[in-house]
Amino acid sequence: MTHILLRHRDVPDINKLSVYKKNGGFDAFKKAVTRMKPNEVTDVVKASGLKGRGGAGFPTGMKWAFIDKNNWPHYVVANADESEPGTFKDREIMESNPFQFLEGLAIACYAVGATVAYVYLRGEFWELAAFLDQKIAEMEEAGYLGDNLFGKDYSLRIFTHLGAGAYICGEETALLESLEGKRGQPRVRPPFPPSFGLYGKPTIINNVETFTNVPPIIANGADWYKNIGTADSAGVKVFSLSGRVRKPGNYELPFGSTFRNLIYEHGMGIQEGRPIKAIMPAGASSSLIVVDEKVLDTPMDYATVRTLGADLGSASVIVLDDTVDIDWVINKTIHFFKHESCGKCTPCREGNHWMRNLTERIHQGTGSGEDVSLLLNVAKQMQGKCLCALGEFATMAVVTGIERFPEDFKKAVKA
Amino acid sequence: MSLEKKYAKEIKQILAKYPPEHKRSAVMPLLYLAQREAGYINKEAMKEIAHLLDITETDVASIVGFYTLYHDRKAGKYRMQVCTDLPCALRGADEFLDKLCGNLGIKVGETTEDGLVTVESVMCLAACDRAPMFQTQGPDGIKYHEYMTVDRTMELIEALKGVKE
Repeated sequence: MTHILLRHRDVPDINKLSVYKKNGGFDAFKKAVTRMKPNEVTDVVKASGLKGRGGAGFPTGMKWAFIDKNNWPHYVVANADESEPGTFKDREIMESNPFQFLEGLAIACYAVGATVAYVYLRGEFWELAAFLDQKIAEMEEAGYLGDNLFGKDYSLRIFTHLGAGAYICGEETALLESLEGKRGQPRVRPPFPPSFGLYGKPTIINNVETFTNVPPIIANGADWYKNIGTADSAGVKVFSLSGRVRKPGNYELPFGSTFRNLIYEHGMGIQEGRPIKAIMPAGASSSLIVVDEKVLDTPMDYATVRTLGADLGSASVIVLDDTVDIDWVINKTIHFFKHESCGKCTPCREGNHWMRNLTERIHQGTGSGEDVSLLLNVAKQMQGKCLCALGEFATMAVVTGIERFPEDFKKAVKA
Repeated sequence: MSLEKKYAKEIKQILAKYPPEHKRSAVMPLLYLAQREAGYINKEAMKEIAHLLDITETDVASIVGFYTLYHDRKAGKYRMQVCTDLPCALRGADEFLDKLCGNLGIKVGETTEDGLVTVESVMCLAACDRAPMFQTQGPDGIKYHEYMTVDRTMELIEALKGVKE
């Protein structure tokens, strides 16, 4: 199958403007600006069934339709803060197929009437930001950004903005705070960004991969897109596959592909041919799925993965083989969340601190069975009480790890 | 020399990205500029940035303290930041870091005697499929080094010794 998002794998040099253009590039943006009303663009995206690819899976067109039309100016922000352990897809898209992402962002701006957009990149993407700046300049030069685009009364500018090493800035309101020059700490919601976003103005924030889906949807229509994937989850997804597989990497597959297909066909199976012990489908924020043959044949879409007691999230599939101890896994994930907790709300700040102390003790072999129950208790106390999803995410691997792999913890505290 | 004198053009370009009434947004790019100048962000730079943006020095310091890529004290010329998060660790990142430190005769967080390299352990860098990997943060910005071995890293360190200012 030819790629819809990772098109650089089929079309060499598509990160060059001339090549992108020759392969249909900017036709969709031109079509939108010259032949469609802004709300018609939103309607097509809505009808396509596209859902946000950053992890939450919120319907994209519906989000765009929420923009407050009584308060101006409007902004669009691309979330390129990719920092979830196990996720590395947006980086490949921006490095190798940058114009499709930028075109999608431009179409979104037109749909919601924004004339300024920001791409918020994690600080570590320093070289990538410079590269995108150059691509944006090329688009300005070619007349795809700037004033009176396609001879119409529509102007647009795109700017990059670098974060500086904070996972929390992937949370959309923390990202906005950061972009405003403050510490990246989430806001209390509601109000949500479509009514109160950047500088208090209506703002649409979407993930890089989400925007990259938009040009082909506008070019080919909603029905074309809806026919790919499953009834619950339309279209394709870039799966970031990592862990103990032979061939880790990004794989673009239609929703509904199975774990087996991803791990064994694309990832070439497990190192040394070992059995799989657990799958984390959404990076470090995942619940742990106990793997059997039935799980491997489960189609991956948002609704079906939920029946396995986990969320698909950003589809960052980390594979654990039978040599991996789950107490070690959660010690790793908790070290991450303890470090990345922004400190604003008490359950997350304190909860992660104590979970870290407990997982460390258990993993070092100096813990007791009571420590394991206390750890589970702390995690469950946090659930539903944190200001944003980070606190919730931190508890996922802990709770499911202890509940679904009790043997590992018995061994850890006895050893 | 003050940032404003030395980087007048860059500062103007940075400020132009944001609405004039929201120039506080420029604090992060200006901090990168200050860090490029001195290798870390000193009090003087924070004061100057506060002045440029009409915010307090405390505001600026709170940003420096919050984000891990800003440093308020000197370290090696290059910070070698190894990702040891779960996916990298599943591909040998912890062993890589141990061996590298052993070779350099330092512990994690310490700097080599010649002041060239500080080795640090950091959180996810979005390169899980290319581990072991690290980024170098130095005078020329941030660079990724992927599919690394200890031998290749030692070669890189040798090459960094020859880099002129």
